Amino acid sequence: MDLVQLQRQLVEYRTSLYHEGFLDEQYTQLQELQDENNPDFVVEVVSLFFEDSERLLNELTKALEQQSIDFKRVDAHVHQLKGSSSSIGAQRVQKVCIAFRNYCEEQNVEGCLKCLQQVRHEYSLVKTKLESMFQLEQQILSAGGSIPM
Amino acid sequence: MDSCNCIELQWPPDDLLMKYQYISDFFIALAYFSIPLELIYFVKKSAVFPYRWVLVQFGASIVLCGATHLINLWTSTMHSRTVAMVMTTAKVFTAVVSCITALLLVHIIPDLLSVKTRELFLKNKAAELDREMGLIRTQEETGRHVRMLTHEIRSTLDRHTILKTTLVELGRTLALEECALWMPTRTGLELQLSYTLRQQNPVGYTVPIHLPVINQVFSSSHAVKISPNCAVASIHPSGKYTPGEVVAVRVPLLHLSNFQINDWPELSTKRYALMVLMLPLDSARQWRVHELELVEVVADQVAVALSHAAILEESMRARDLLMEQNVALDLARREAETAIRARNDFLAVMNHEMRTPMHAIIALSSLLQETELTPEQRLMVETILKSSNLLSTLINDVLDLSRLEDGSLQLDLETFNLYAVFKEVLNLIKPIASVKKLHVSLNLAPDLPEYAVGDEKRLMQTILNVVGNAVKFSKDGSISITAFVAKAELLRDSQTSEFFPVPGDNHFYLRVQVKDSGIGVSPQDIPKLFTKFAQTQSTAIRNSSGSGLGLAICKRFVNLMEGHIWIESEGLGKGCTATFMVKLGIPERLNEPELAFMPKVPPNHGPTAFPGLKVLVTDENGVSRKVTKGLLVHLGCDVTMVSSSEECLRVVSNEHKVVFMDACAPGMDGYEIAVRMHEKFTKRHERPIIVALTGNTDKVTKENCMRVGMDGVILKPVSLDKMRSVLSDLLEHRVLFEAI
Repeated sequence: MDLVQLQRQLVEYRTSLYHEGFLDEQYTQLQELQDENNPDFVVEVVSLFFEDSERLLNELTKALEQQSIDFKRVDAHVHQLKGSSSSIGAQRVQKVCIAFRNYCEEQNVEGCLKCLQQVRHEYSLVKTKLESMFQLEQQILSAGGSIPM
Repeated sequence: MDSCNCIELQWPPDDLLMKYQYISDFFIALAYFSIPLELIYFVKKSAVFPYRWVLVQFGASIVLCGATHLINLWTSTMHSRTVAMVMTTAKVFTAVVSCITALLLVHIIPDLLSVKTRELFLKNKAAELDREMGLIRTQEETGRHVRMLTHEIRSTLDRHTILKTTLVELGRTLALEECALWMPTRTGLELQLSYTLRQQNPVGYTVPIHLPVINQVFSSSHAVKISPNCAVASIHPSGKYTPGEVVAVRVPLLHLSNFQINDWPELSTKRYALMVLMLPLDSARQWRVHELELVEVVADQVAVALSHAAILEESMRARDLLMEQNVALDLARREAETAIRARNDFLAVMNHEMRTPMHAIIALSSLLQETELTPEQRLMVETILKSSNLLSTLINDVLDLSRLEDGSLQLDLETFNLYAVFKEVLNLIKPIASVKKLHVSLNLAPDLPEYAVGDEKRLMQTILNVVGNAVKFSKDGSISITAFVAKAELLRDSQTSEFFPVPGDNHFYLRVQVKDSGIGVSPQDIPKLFTKFAQTQSTAIRNSSGSGLGLAICKRFVNLMEGHIWIESEGLGKGCTATFMVKLGIPERLNEPELAFMPKVPPNHGPTAFPGLKVLVTDENGVSRKVTKGLLVHLGCDVTMVSSSEECLRVVSNEHKVVFMDACAPGMDGYEIAVRMHEKFTKRHERPIIVALTGNTDKVTKENCMRVGMDGVILKPVSLDKMRSVLSDLLEHRVLFEAI
């Protein structure tokens, strides 16, 4: 594929992500912070988010598998996850986290488990989407073009 | 017939005689009748004849006489009684009238005669008046001529034109044959023929000035008649004609000094020119008085005009001279400037050229010092290093001094921390002092302002130099540095007699005193201390480093800062006190120095809105931490990141201007951090601005934050623009509570 087509594809893809609520304008803000001093800022932040989220999800899984669930701890993790996802603009993940926290406050185990599952789901979705978007961007860059905003 | 009473005729009537008698009588009668007729006729014709009565009588008498003679015609022959009666009556009447006329004429004739005398008198008077009028007219004409001449003469300031015009006009007015002007030569011993009327090119004819005729003319202020044959008058060849009368008059040549109002008629220099005027040849004209007066007046006017011309020439000459001098001075100035510039260029180049190898030597020697060396080698390297340092200092000093000398050095005025300067000096001097076991103490007066406006680098250089000297020239003991604000009374110190500090509102005088207990200076050497390259005996003996330029440079710097520096010492071995006072400005906003450095940020601004702003970010969440950091870095801040509250409290210092923290993450007590920070930084301007970034949107959080003493609360997520505006608001107002 040639450069123009790639760029058009990227823009369409990105727009769809916004449309479907996977990303919100926080992601746009992140993109604005990227400049020649920080060329890979977005990728770095998103990678960090992936790492953090994996870790948190594992923790959560572990915590919810306990006999006596430490809701405070769970809440702390969810809070973290919520913070991270909102920082990069992963809207759907954030929304689930809010619901998750409510269940934690109520100490509703079922609800928490359900939410955990949902969170996992959403997270993997957004991760896949973001990864494919980065791939596209990489393709454009190696073709010698620039990433359209 | 009666006999007639007539007289008996003695002769017989002679016919011829009778005839003649008849005729004569007849003619007499005729004449006598016509005379009155004529008289009447002519009197009627004339307008004025006062004596009509006389005329009437005269006429009557003549008529009657005529009648008598007429009647005689009849009486010569036989006549009747009637005729005799008529004759008698006529004769009687005639006699009466004639007598009356005779009587009246006695009165009238003197009158008539006096009329005549009066007429004669009036005629004389008229002749006299005519004469006088002629005189006045001549005078008036002379006056007119003089005015015209004067006007002509004074209408120009050119000497030649004046003289030429004079001669021409005089010649025209007086109808002269020749008019000449003799001017005294430079030597003053001769008169040179300078201008003539007729002859176009006067030869450089000279006559000696001491001729008797010339002396005669010069000694009188009037025009003097001279002989046509004398030396001055014989310029015009008269040929066979008789020369006209010649008149000469002196023309005083006045100098500027003659124009003293008080003694105007005094002619101190008594230099005269001679003007010779010749009447036309072969004319019987004589020099009239009014013409001579005219000549004298003209001569005076010419004198004045000539002096004006002379003054003008003088001033023009002076002006030309000044212009020449001006040009020469300008040239000299430009040459001097070129020389200075050349010297500066040379110095700059030399300085650079000298510094480059110097740096190489110093750097490499220091590096060499770090390697493994034998003791002798080490000693050698140390000496090399010391000498090169000295040389480098010397180069710097020389360049500085030469720039100070020609006044091209200017202070870099800026606001700086005064306390920091002193601390820096202390830090620099402490190592050396401790090696020498000298105790250095610094005393800063409490009223000394923390910030001042001035040249920080040069001030530090000065203080360092003075303190360095103190350290250098002390073997042991202590050195005390005191700094305080000079009060008004102290300003009138006897030491500072030539120095007149002016107290003011926006500046103060910093007084620094450095006392040491070293070798001191002898009183007679004190004046020499500040001169370049002069070293006192004691320093020369000590073989100390230093070119002797240090204090000279200090003095220059202190003078530039409108201050004064002096050294007191009680004598050799008794220590020395160096004091200096400099004028520093008071910065405008003393209490908020950090704000003074922060530029006002307009809403639309480029990415680096807050260059170098030191910020501390505390967040447990790595991602949000990274994002916040990214935001702040993008705005140009210097960001430090910590991930826990303890770390935050540990790391935070008064260099951080803003601290961002997550207020309500569990596990991190943002509130406690705020409290602790308030405790740590008591002074308001030292404490950083504390801002909470929170995702919590309720009012309770906000109130808690405010209660705890945070300066601001911001809702996460923060966009770039929001962060920018938040920072600018915070820095301006130190408080921001976003409406939640």
